[in-house]
Amino acid sequence: MENVKIIEIKKSVFENNDRAADELRGELKNRGVFLLNLMSSPGSGKTTTLIQTINRLKDKIRIAVMEADIDSDVDAIKIKEATGVESIQLHTGGMCHLDAEMTKQGLNNVSMEQADLVILENVGNLVCPAEFDTGAVKNAMILSVPEGHDKPLKYPLMFSICDVVVINKIDVLPYFDFDMEKCKEYIHMRNPKATVIPICAKTGEGVDVFAEWLLNEVSEWKR
Amino acid sequence: MHELGIVFYIIRDVKKAAQEHGVEHVSAVVMNIGEVSTIVPEYLTDCWRWAADKEELLRGCELKIEPIPAVTHCDGCGKEYPTVAHGKICPHCGSEKTWLLRGNEVEIKEIVVPQSC
Repeated sequence: MENVKIIEIKKSVFENNDRAADELRGELKNRGVFLLNLMSSPGSGKTTTLIQTINRLKDKIRIAVMEADIDSDVDAIKIKEATGVESIQLHTGGMCHLDAEMTKQGLNNVSMEQADLVILENVGNLVCPAEFDTGAVKNAMILSVPEGHDKPLKYPLMFSICDVVVINKIDVLPYFDFDMEKCKEYIHMRNPKATVIPICAKTGEGVDVFAEWLLNEVSEWKR
Repeated sequence: MHELGIVFYIIRDVKKAAQEHGVEHVSAVVMNIGEVSTIVPEYLTDCWRWAADKEELLRGCELKIEPIPAVTHCDGCGKEYPTVAHGKICPHCGSEKTWLLRGNEVEIKEIVVPQSC
């Protein structure tokens, strides 16, 4: 006759990752490297925003970029060509997000001693990346005008973990029913501390504000 | 895709627990899944079947899901209400000052190990 034994575990699936992320943040602090985790939907303009931002900052601080995608290396090549900064491509092998362990492995391929700021461009997705702490110092997300101002209501977790929300493509505001004030209100309902920065990565409008925010965060971290 | 990532985490944690307890085969893993955890239980069990059968330890192992209903607390009137039916706005007093009390869990509750006797 077969009997069974029950072993109680009672453990969140995210617990190990949260611990690994805290360890990685500690290591980054010791080495004086600021890691930004940049998230958004596919097509919101992450790569264009990055290029604009990096070109404003690259003479002031040393920057490296890690591009995470399910496949291809078009983003890493685009960043390198447009900015000249070190840019590496990570493949998630079908996974919809990066976790702390994958981020750490990615960082091993970056010249960390030559970087003040490493930007991780996460997989385009508003659900999964929000659940996995990458070990980044700050989380940023880009919401673009065509996606609609109601996204903070639909993806509450993403908006609640972000330190800064960049609202991109404000040049097309006249063509969409996007209510900027409502959007800010919804973001602050989820996350009263979030900084909201409207920009247009294509024309460069507002990018200075985001670059300034990032520069301040980096010098704060390295202090 | 999301659920597959979660399944890899579960497998890693179960393998670790099995090793600590000197277990050679696990016949069931019981999960507590919150109603608003963004996990679709059917997808999770599908992904589980595919990934678990690749592991010696977990071949044929069943993934059992015990759902946890989502409950929201209202700071406006101090009452609680079911999250899925009413969302962010309290049905008792209309306040928006509400927060999720439970329902976001993705937790391995226990593992079941066959014992020959």
